[in-house]
Amino acid sequence: MNNQRSLFFNVDWFIIITYIILCIIGWFNIHAAVYDPENPSIVDLDTNYGKQLIFIVSAVIIGFAILLLDGKFFTAFSPVFYGITLVLLILVLIIGRNVGGNQAWIPIGNFRLQPSEFAKFATCLLLARYLSSSTIKVQDLRTQMVAAFIIVIPTALILLQPDAGSALTFSSLIFVLYREGLSGYFLIIEGLSIVLFILTVLYNKFYVLAGVILLAGSLIYLFRRNKKVITVMGFGVLFSIVFIFSVDFAYNSILKPHQKNRIDVILGKINDPRGIGYNLNQSKIAIGSGGMWGKGYLQGTQTKYNFVPEQSTDFIFCTVGEEWGFAGCFVVIGLYLFLILRVVTIAERQRSPFSRIYGYGVASILFFHFFINIGMTIGLIPVIGIPLPFLSYGGSSLWSFTILLFILLKLDSNRMGII
Amino acid sequence: MNSFFARKFVVQGIFIVITIILLLRLFYIQVISDEYILSAENNVLRRLAVYPARGVILDRKEKILVQNEPVYDLMVIPREVKDFDTLKFCSLIGIDKEGFDKRFKKVRSYSPYKASIFEKQLSVQVYASFQEQLSDFSGFFVQNRTVRRYPDSIGAHFLGYIGEVNQKVIENSNGFYNQGDYHGITGVEKSYEELLRGQRGVQNLMVDALNRPKGHYADGKYDTLAVSGEHMISSLDKELQQMGEQLMKNKIGSIVAIEPATGEILSFVSSPGYDPNLMVGRQRGNNYMALLNDTYKPMFVRPIQAEYPPGSIFKVVNALVAQQFGLINEKTFFFCPGGYRYGRRGWMKCTHVHGSVDLQASIKESCNTYYGYTYSRMIDHSGIRPVNAYKRWHSAVSAFGIGSPLGIDLPGERKGLLPTHELYTKRFKSDRWGSSYTISLSIGQGELGITPLQMANVMAIVANRGFFYKPHLIKAIGDQKVIKDEYTIKNSAGIDEKYFDVVIEGMSGVVNQPSGTAWYSKIPNIEMCGKTGTVQNPHGEDHSVFVAFAPRVNPKIAIAVVVENGGFGGTWAAPIASALVEKYLTNSISRPKIYMDRLFEANLMPGGPAKPKTPKKVKSDSIKVTERSKKPVSTISKNE
Repeated sequence: MNNQRSLFFNVDWFIIITYIILCIIGWFNIHAAVYDPENPSIVDLDTNYGKQLIFIVSAVIIGFAILLLDGKFFTAFSPVFYGITLVLLILVLIIGRNVGGNQAWIPIGNFRLQPSEFAKFATCLLLARYLSSSTIKVQDLRTQMVAAFIIVIPTALILLQPDAGSALTFSSLIFVLYREGLSGYFLIIEGLSIVLFILTVLYNKFYVLAGVILLAGSLIYLFRRNKKVITVMGFGVLFSIVFIFSVDFAYNSILKPHQKNRIDVILGKINDPRGIGYNLNQSKIAIGSGGMWGKGYLQGTQTKYNFVPEQSTDFIFCTVGEEWGFAGCFVVIGLYLFLILRVVTIAERQRSPFSRIYGYGVASILFFHFFINIGMTIGLIPVIGIPLPFLSYGGSSLWSFTILLFILLKLDSNRMGII
Repeated sequence: MNSFFARKFVVQGIFIVITIILLLRLFYIQVISDEYILSAENNVLRRLAVYPARGVILDRKEKILVQNEPVYDLMVIPREVKDFDTLKFCSLIGIDKEGFDKRFKKVRSYSPYKASIFEKQLSVQVYASFQEQLSDFSGFFVQNRTVRRYPDSIGAHFLGYIGEVNQKVIENSNGFYNQGDYHGITGVEKSYEELLRGQRGVQNLMVDALNRPKGHYADGKYDTLAVSGEHMISSLDKELQQMGEQLMKNKIGSIVAIEPATGEILSFVSSPGYDPNLMVGRQRGNNYMALLNDTYKPMFVRPIQAEYPPGSIFKVVNALVAQQFGLINEKTFFFCPGGYRYGRRGWMKCTHVHGSVDLQASIKESCNTYYGYTYSRMIDHSGIRPVNAYKRWHSAVSAFGIGSPLGIDLPGERKGLLPTHELYTKRFKSDRWGSSYTISLSIGQGELGITPLQMANVMAIVANRGFFYKPHLIKAIGDQKVIKDEYTIKNSAGIDEKYFDVVIEGMSGVVNQPSGTAWYSKIPNIEMCGKTGTVQNPHGEDHSVFVAFAPRVNPKIAIAVVVENGGFGGTWAAPIASALVEKYLTNSISRPKIYMDRLFEANLMPGGPAKPKTPKKVKSDSIKVTERSKKPVSTISKNE
């Protein structure tokens, strides 16, 4: 390592610029979301957008501080980060502040720390370190168990808060395992599970079952020479039967009414815009009314007059949709896709497995947030309260995404040095 | 590179596909579907109607008959209601806890976010005390609106009333009316609804999620101002109307007075009437039901809805029609032996033995026999088949506005009854019938039905010597004083002017000669021409009818008065008409007070409320009955 090299040597500027653009877009939209036309004020540090400015500046400082650190630091200290995060996650259950039913925040002065946000990169780091050990093969059951263990511990602690949205984030790490050699069946099973879940909730379970058997039967008939297909289909049907009944049981007996309602609303089983579906409905109205070119900056009536709840945090995309229209949404989504694909590209160019695995972790987590958050605001998936990376208001989430991303940048800038 | 490098493409592929799904969904809800744009407007826009003042209705001297008065509706936005002292609230507006719960449930089920009416039409006193304590009751506010007020409590039947629109009206109004709007239901309020209601304005207010107003949408670019309804100058003379209503108190009947030169209705009394103010305010529902259930049917608009056989006043029409046909003239004499013999056994009795009677005397003395012969000439001896002769007579009488609606500017006008030849052909099962079959028509009995309005119109025709203008109640609309074209068209009655002299001379004799049937109703210094009539009533005392116009030269007023159960035409109807004519022409009453008091105080209501109501349409015994009976037809009519 040559210390004379500049701080930004080998740093991927595409990512940094995209990151900064997204932060700025976020800041303007938070301003629009909390803007009160009767008391228009210039930057005021007491308001959300004033605070967000502080968060952005400090996040950038944190990001560049990470670039100053040694790349090996993260590999070496990943168990420590993981440990600290677990302690914080336990601590938050004891001394945390309960906001809106979730005990997710540890108050520090004026600000509140959300340990579940930091659990994301800590988990990614430890997972990367574990899977990059030279003796490890992902195909082994033991490896899969340990990897699952690493992921499940923070997930379980977060579920205790209970913050289902953040906990779900960790499920995205399946992409990492898949890239490292986990059987493709796991992805298929995950996809199949989602489809079966929706169908089971919507229709009579026996109809769904009959459909599955019919489909599998005809596939088996078509490929009756191919023993492998028959075996796979057999297992598939078996899995489906078990899954359908457990979903039916879980949906009717385990899920809490409000969770059940959220699913019902999204699937159109309940049409009650004034009640349970209020958030979703208002969010769709705000975005849908934006049209092609939007209503213009600070001109959005739905977001300005508080029709959309949580509009500067989880529903910040409503402001984008209403004031900037489809054009604005296209740009923002394009930036995200570019960022995520760029992260994947960076991950693939790493020589060290650790960096590559970590890179996939970053891409998965970013993608999961991006997809779930936007999908939720436009009614594609149930309302799950997770922030939109870099755009949503909130220090913890911005910092944690910044740390997540800049660790990768640091690892990437060292890619030549580690063989 | 490790062995799973290719999986990079799978992962990237999944990312790209899902992103495309997001974009497609966004494109659908933002660009393709406009459902959300509408929803957004519903969310944020509140269209507040700005109600225009309803047009005021004035009398012919531009004195107010109906005006607007502010009332206060108590509104509530259920979502904004916080805990408050329900008891105090209830006692303030005068309801009990149960009523409160009921109302609150109703408005909340309508919408928890939108303002709806909690209690209608608070009185000024309640409003004042409520307004002081409004801050204790968040979510409630008071919205003012106007209601109709009738300062003199007159003219209920012709003014009509307004009421809340029903679902059907809302649907048929092309979006003009909303729930809770008012519209004219009867009378002038209904016929001129579209002019009286004015034009509603709209304020497009933006509200936030808590329904708090946040200013005008697009700086008020799409807001419109309310345009007040047109005011109407009616043809009514307020003082005449007032006096007419007083004279008809405790009597059943109608008064219609028309200015012959214009067709303007000067007085339009239907008795028993009601105070139009009863149809306004919170007690409206109860009052309405009470009026509806009243055995005397005060909601019945007698001047245009009650149909009577006109009795002797119809002789005026027959006298004119027969002259026009050239079948009689002023020198035509008939001999009256005290009745008219017709058919094989028919006998139509006359009041007196008049001896030799000419046309003028026949009117003055109301000789039945004379009209029996006259009618016989018109039907049997006019040189054509009786059925065709009847057709000719029918169309000549129709020209007087009898048997069809005159087209007054009020809803609900009845056309009356003038039987067609088909009716008789059907009844007698052959078209070989003649005057003896329908002899009652000669003296205005039988199957005739004429409304008081039509009676007054006949007088207007006589006063004008042959023409009339469509009788109407609104003489000018708005500031420009627009007159409807249809009221400026002269309608001919088909009788030449020269034939009127002798009839008018006879009618003058009715009032101004001691032998006339209305001699006691003579007005000093004014030559009133009139004709009495008595409508036979099988259910009780006969109905008293009097029609007249005055003065004889250049007539200013034509009038018809019907007093049910009033006996002879000269007994009640003629004095009432005479008093009104004198009042209108001289603005004074020459008759002694004691005489007038007798008129004002007379109570001619039939029996107690339990007794069935006198039917409006009195069918006298038909010819068939009299043909069958051997007795003389003394029951057909009583003549004067």
